[in-house]
Amino acid sequence: MSLIDSPATELLQLLKSAEVTAVEVTQAYLDQIARYDGRVKSFLSVGSERALEQAATIDQRRGRGEPLGELAGLPVAVKDVLCTDGWVTSCGSKMLADFVPPYDATVIARLKAADAILIGKTNMDEFAMGGSTENSAFFPTTNPWDVSCTPGGSSGGAAACVAASMAPLSIGSDTGGSIRQPAGFCGVTGLKPTYGRVSRYGLIAFASSLDQVGPLASTAEDAALLLRTIAGHDPLDSTSAPVDQPDYLANIDQPLDGLRLGLVREHFGPGLDDEVGAAVGQAIKEFESRGARVQEISLPHSKYAIATYYVIAPCEASSNLARYDGVHYGYRTDEAAMLADLAEERKQLAAAGDEAGLANLDSPLMRLYRLSRSEGFGPEVKRRIMLGAYALSAGYKDAYYVKALKVRRLIRNDYDAAFRDVDLIVGPTTPTVAFGLGEMVDDPLAMYLQDLYTVSANLAGIAGISVPCGMTSTGLPVGLQLQAPPFQEERLLRAAHMFQQATDWHTKRPTLAAETP
Amino acid sequence: MSLSKADVEKVASLARLKLTDEELSTMTRQLDQVIQYVQQLEELDTSGVQPMAHTADLANVFADDLLRASLPRDAALANAPKRDDECYLVPPVLGD
Repeated sequence: MSLIDSPATELLQLLKSAEVTAVEVTQAYLDQIARYDGRVKSFLSVGSERALEQAATIDQRRGRGEPLGELAGLPVAVKDVLCTDGWVTSCGSKMLADFVPPYDATVIARLKAADAILIGKTNMDEFAMGGSTENSAFFPTTNPWDVSCTPGGSSGGAAACVAASMAPLSIGSDTGGSIRQPAGFCGVTGLKPTYGRVSRYGLIAFASSLDQVGPLASTAEDAALLLRTIAGHDPLDSTSAPVDQPDYLANIDQPLDGLRLGLVREHFGPGLDDEVGAAVGQAIKEFESRGARVQEISLPHSKYAIATYYVIAPCEASSNLARYDGVHYGYRTDEAAMLADLAEERKQLAAAGDEAGLANLDSPLMRLYRLSRSEGFGPEVKRRIMLGAYALSAGYKDAYYVKALKVRRLIRNDYDAAFRDVDLIVGPTTPTVAFGLGEMVDDPLAMYLQDLYTVSANLAGIAGISVPCGMTSTGLPVGLQLQAPPFQEERLLRAAHMFQQATDWHTKRPTLAAETP
Repeated sequence: MSLSKADVEKVASLARLKLTDEELSTMTRQLDQVIQYVQQLEELDTSGVQPMAHTADLANVFADDLLRASLPRDAALANAPKRDDECYLVPPVLGD
């Protein structure tokens, strides 16, 4: 088995026993990126030089017998939504194309303290808004299984780079399914932790009550390894949960005896692709054959989850993205041209004697804000800002925002009731497998409906994981979603690991074609 | 109820965005579609339900009142599109 096909847990053993060096491991992944990322396009920037330097330092330290961090020598790809000190963090946006953060996100600081090697920053939908990575201001990422398809999103680069063996471990973020859906589309394992489990300090905010950082990897065991490093209370994030941090790897080999699985009636209704349904059905049988008891449950408000989400998330986004003003950091419109245009508009209004027009004319500062934001943000980001600004505007706040917050409570109550009877909830990650590039770009609502099975976990703040559970006749991966009560990641990972011990879907990798010259 | 272009133009101003005529038409159609979709929440009786703004089981997270190092001014200004040695620069706000 070549280095790049080994799970991270195995690579770590090889590194620890000095059978391979960190430089060899890093170089192997950099070579894979150089060979294939021209077509997959999962990275926005690759830090080859600094990664190799860091790897060499780790090898020297290991040679001297110095203590090393728990991920020492393992490359990790990071979604470009997390601030990296001195390394451009664009969030997939023209707005932040040149933004160089002056500090590290807590997750990054923890990875560095663990001696992980930050290999590159991965592509994403702009400001994590989207489900296909086509909303990146730079270029779309493709699905390594079929480059005419999207990898999903918003963590499309994060999932694609693992599927294409360009990184053993990858960090994503999930606001409505943005880790689980691309993990499903690309045939990798992706975990959205409980809200509060992983610090959001230094995570560029989209919807603060829904955003959560999590791991993507080849196996549940590797996801557990990465989660162990990034999770835990952080005083710099006031919503970070001050709860005990289990060792997610310690008991992962122990099967869950008498596991009670809940099957959500509403998740097997119209809209679910037949092949996806069949693969998920087979996966559930696999659990049953290993002693799990499956029972039907109901989440009666789940059909309102998308409507609830597409009020709350845009409201929070419109508020969070108000900070991009063309003044403090980020894109700014051409000021001289803006002032000249404004003077010309004023002249014309005055000549026409249009008093009202003159009174309503933007001040230079207002126009600077409006143009900087309009030129710096892409269409989906503008759409969400507008949607949020509308739903929060005078006269509509109670009808939309507060109403959605109430339905959110009902959605959470559904889960609390369900988890009295079952340990985990099982179902498809997405209604269909990966769709074609360009297929949904003109139909935002159709794109939003893709999040049907994933958004509820964000609204309720619970944990969820997607693991590969099958392949369609066209050769695209199917994702199985497991959901757990708050702070039960350990249970979730053990169940996922139990499934991966019994199946080999997670070991399948696409055949990649090198870039044609 | 459906959205008019004037509604959308007003929201654009509130959101500090400036849309081209073409964007305004597309945005009006697309926002209207999403607004119609989310109106299904009205079918639900939510009387007596407490709004849930977040799921963190936390209230009043206080930090100790301690003096800590903060970002040096130069680092804070480093990403500014326009600055002098001490300040962010913006177009004149008062007078001409």
